[in-house]
Amino acid sequence: MLKVRVLPTLLFKDHGLVKGIGFDSWRRVGTAMQSVKVYNMREVDELVFVDIMATRNGDSPDFETVDELADECFMPLTVGGGVRTVDDVRRLLMVGADKVALNSVVAEDPSVVGEIASRFGSQCVVVSIDARVKPDGGHEVFTHSGTVATGKDPVQLAREVADLGAGEILITSIDRDGTMKGYDLELIKGVTEAVAVPVIASGGAGTYEDMARAVTEGGASAVAAASIFHFTEQTPREAKQYLASKGIAVRRT
Amino acid sequence: MNKVAIVDHGMCNLDSIARAIEKCGGEAHITDRPKDLEVANRIVLPGVGAFPDAMENLETAGLAEAIKEQVIEQRIPLLAVCLGMQLLMESSEEVRETKGLGLVQGTVKRLEPNGSQDRIPHMGWNELRLQKEEPLFAGVPEGADFYFVHSFVVTGVPDEEVVATTPYCGGFVSALAKDNIRGVQFHPEKSQRVGFKLLSNFLSI
Repeated sequence: MLKVRVLPTLLFKDHGLVKGIGFDSWRRVGTAMQSVKVYNMREVDELVFVDIMATRNGDSPDFETVDELADECFMPLTVGGGVRTVDDVRRLLMVGADKVALNSVVAEDPSVVGEIASRFGSQCVVVSIDARVKPDGGHEVFTHSGTVATGKDPVQLAREVADLGAGEILITSIDRDGTMKGYDLELIKGVTEAVAVPVIASGGAGTYEDMARAVTEGGASAVAAASIFHFTEQTPREAKQYLASKGIAVRRT
Repeated sequence: MNKVAIVDHGMCNLDSIARAIEKCGGEAHITDRPKDLEVANRIVLPGVGAFPDAMENLETAGLAEAIKEQVIEQRIPLLAVCLGMQLLMESSEEVRETKGLGLVQGTVKRLEPNGSQDRIPHMGWNELRLQKEEPLFAGVPEGADFYFVHSFVVTGVPDEEVVATTPYCGGFVSALAKDNIRGVQFHPEKSQRVGFKLLSNFLSI
């Protein structure tokens, strides 16, 4: 049986790892290499590494840093931040990313997803969608680390990119990010019901029970979390033990 | 020490598999030159990406012929990983019907969901059901999970060459062995401890 994955998310800004609240108020949480080594040792299911300033600064992905991290990473690695072109993806794969996360560029031009999927295969194309609750209900997609409103509906965008060849959707609630108040289950459920590719729930995990609900109520194939692992004593391994106790299939390490 | 040639068909990063092999005690050489295969005593055929492009690159570089020569004539042990395993087959329907290396009987087909629970690509950790004894899996605990990420699978492999199946989309062949040829659909280099065990086993076969 395919296991539910628990993914630590590493956010990279100005040469170090950070974690914020609501895509703001960033706190430093250590170095990327140190985290990769620790998570390697603990045999986590997968890692997500995102450079949160690249797109806002108009930078390309930091290929050198990814190269160094990937060399130490004997677990699957998804890399995002500043990825705009087929060549960015090619270079990230060549330096060791297993999957590449596309975000801002997708809201501007979804066709790039098809172009990349046909070149490198759907399995390495993750579309990362960040969304906020709208004042009148429903959700809206934001890009550039939550700073640019797009007017797009995340569920529709997810469906569109899945049809174009995205292999996985990473759906993040900006409202819940860093709050540790639980995932936005309505947002996650909307996306998992709309697409047939795996969906990673992200934004708001504060307890292991939040993760269980993202799977049982939200229908997620994987749960991503950062604050809970950076700022509390909770660990991916314990998270999986909890999920297993709730009857959710996880990998035992 | 085992000299392991890792065949580079220009489609992906091979550092992680090379580093995994070195950690397991092998001497890894990433190469796209047919001549380098002649001095190797192990060959790894890795791969992600699309089947037709990979096959074209192997043929253009003369690697397809070199692999066949080393594997069939010289009996060099071959481990084919993910797309590499699919390349062993006679043909694939990915993108367009394309001939493979034809080292193993069977074809490559798209995974079809067997109920609404099966999302495609098959992405993440899943277990193997061993169908027979195979040195590659010596010491790998029963029910251990390996990391998969793929949308296509091998089909029509003769029963006696099926080493393991994985219960997804109604079940598919996740490991095969034929003489000195072995293929795995998952990524041992990304499967941590059990993956390293498998690579160590390959080095000592």
